[in-house]
Amino acid sequence: MKIWKLDRLQDLFAALAGERTLYIPADVAGQAKFTPWEPGMEMTKALNTNRSAKDLFFPQVEDLAAFKITGRQIQVEDNREDVEDFVIFGVRACDARSFSILDKVFLEEPADTYYKNRRDHATVMTLACSRPEATCFCTALGIDPQAPGGDVSCWVEGENLYLQANTQKGEALLEKLPAMEEGEKPQGDASVFDRLPLKDVDFSVFSEKALLHWFNSPVWEELSRSCLGCGSCTFVCPTCQCYDVKDFDTGTKVKRFRCWDSCMYSDFTMMAHGTNRPTQKERFRQRFMHKLVYYPNNHDGEIGCVGCGRCLRKCPISMNIVKVAKALKEGSV
Amino acid sequence: MNKEPLIPMVAVVTDIRTDTPDVKTFRVVGLDGKKPFEHIPGQCAMLSMPGVGEALFSITSSPTNEDYLEFSIKKCGCVTSWLHAIEPGQQITLRGPYGNGFPVDTDFAGKDLVFIAGGIGLAPLRSVINYVRHYRARYGAVDIVYGARSKEDLVDYEEILEEWCREEGITVHLTIDNPQPEWDGHVGFVPNYVKELSFDTGKTVVMCGPPVMIKFTLAGLEELGFQREQIYTTFELKMKCALGKCGRCNIGDKYVCKDGPVFRLDQMAVLPDEY
Repeated sequence: MKIWKLDRLQDLFAALAGERTLYIPADVAGQAKFTPWEPGMEMTKALNTNRSAKDLFFPQVEDLAAFKITGRQIQVEDNREDVEDFVIFGVRACDARSFSILDKVFLEEPADTYYKNRRDHATVMTLACSRPEATCFCTALGIDPQAPGGDVSCWVEGENLYLQANTQKGEALLEKLPAMEEGEKPQGDASVFDRLPLKDVDFSVFSEKALLHWFNSPVWEELSRSCLGCGSCTFVCPTCQCYDVKDFDTGTKVKRFRCWDSCMYSDFTMMAHGTNRPTQKERFRQRFMHKLVYYPNNHDGEIGCVGCGRCLRKCPISMNIVKVAKALKEGSV
Repeated sequence: MNKEPLIPMVAVVTDIRTDTPDVKTFRVVGLDGKKPFEHIPGQCAMLSMPGVGEALFSITSSPTNEDYLEFSIKKCGCVTSWLHAIEPGQQITLRGPYGNGFPVDTDFAGKDLVFIAGGIGLAPLRSVINYVRHYRARYGAVDIVYGARSKEDLVDYEEILEEWCREEGITVHLTIDNPQPEWDGHVGFVPNYVKELSFDTGKTVVMCGPPVMIKFTLAGLEELGFQREQIYTTFELKMKCALGKCGRCNIGDKYVCKDGPVFRLDQMAVLPDEY
């Protein structure tokens, strides 16, 4: 394991940024977000970014293609620029797990090449957690916040940053950095994670009963009653991947772009003849059924949630997946 | 399928046939004048006019047609209204084919088939019917029950009368919702007509129509003694990608675009009634 002195963290960033674009979680306009590093830019003190790291692979808005229309003729243009290599530093274990959850959707054949290009060119450097927040529950989903994964795992202990390559990509990156001292990481203290209030949320029950058992639960009516349909939960969620495709006439061309969408929105499944999810109850149910039942059914039982707690902090009516999971298990609100 | 699945190809509408007051059938070829791609009956494709929108339509022509693809489209939203206003020679974009299609070469082989369609629901079934007609010897007796609001609303009426009705081993049962002059055929809704026809329960059923027709026809078929394992249908829900990624056409844990659009009704029994 390699060791880098924390008081020289800016030098590490400079070395990484000398290689390729480096994103670090930094405070921008009062909010922590993954930002291209510039000399002097410090890491945020916040545990995690406001929005998840998925933006770097699946941006909120991106162009898919352009069309030039002349009379009855159409010309299709793929105007994508080549994606260059980049590094993301400081990804937490929860967000790192979300990449593998998104991969199973976007990289399944036929692969989404927009997403795949960015994944292929990214090297993910994760950062272990030592001071979780009360809203954290990644451990309930089998994630070890002190073994965060990615291409390179990093730990802060005392005055040192410890770095360990997990993949060939990670090794290749570390080899390009200035020579570092080798050493063993001191044993961290994991006891704080045992004291987290949400550590015992039970996500194992969802595989034990049939899909329709959960779908027909009496709790949906009550749970969804206050939902505003604002979509905040989906926008901050690291695993939400639904998108819309829209056209925009620039005056000279038509740009086709995609943007994040939310199953919480009333027009999400609206067709010319109506929608199959007419009330907020159906839309609310869809979001949680997807995370807790549908995604696991399609992906070897893996729950489509990483316990980052963003939805717990952001929902304006304090509804969240933890409350939903508990109510479903108990069969009442 | 294209290596860039979200980027469509350009195609040309070479012929437009008016079937009913609100249904037209569009003949589509690639820029080279050839059929854009091969498909299985029941598969769909994304048609689009950039700036208007993109939407999914079932391919109504049979794969045995070597020259072009056909789409029977009812005017009901943005993209369909635009399509209904164009003239032959107009270019559109196309991508596909998507979905699983009907098991025409496996489960259907050697079977007596009953096709049940309501309104524009004939569009995906026409592909199967004409495939079955092409490979007639591979299948048993064929019954086609088709209903629409009125005589004028029967899609492909000419083809039904001139070709399907005249073919050996195919029996066509047409019905319209209300009596009208010059109509000496059956009058009444499809589900009731199916019950009246009382088909042999050894047959395989393929149906497509509005959800309410599916629901009542299924009940009627079960009353007659049909098992859900013998009944196939095809769905259509809102889609953006048709690749199982945009996240909106799911019925429970199945995506209509990639796990469907064709489902056997026993598969639907374990899924939510959310379509």
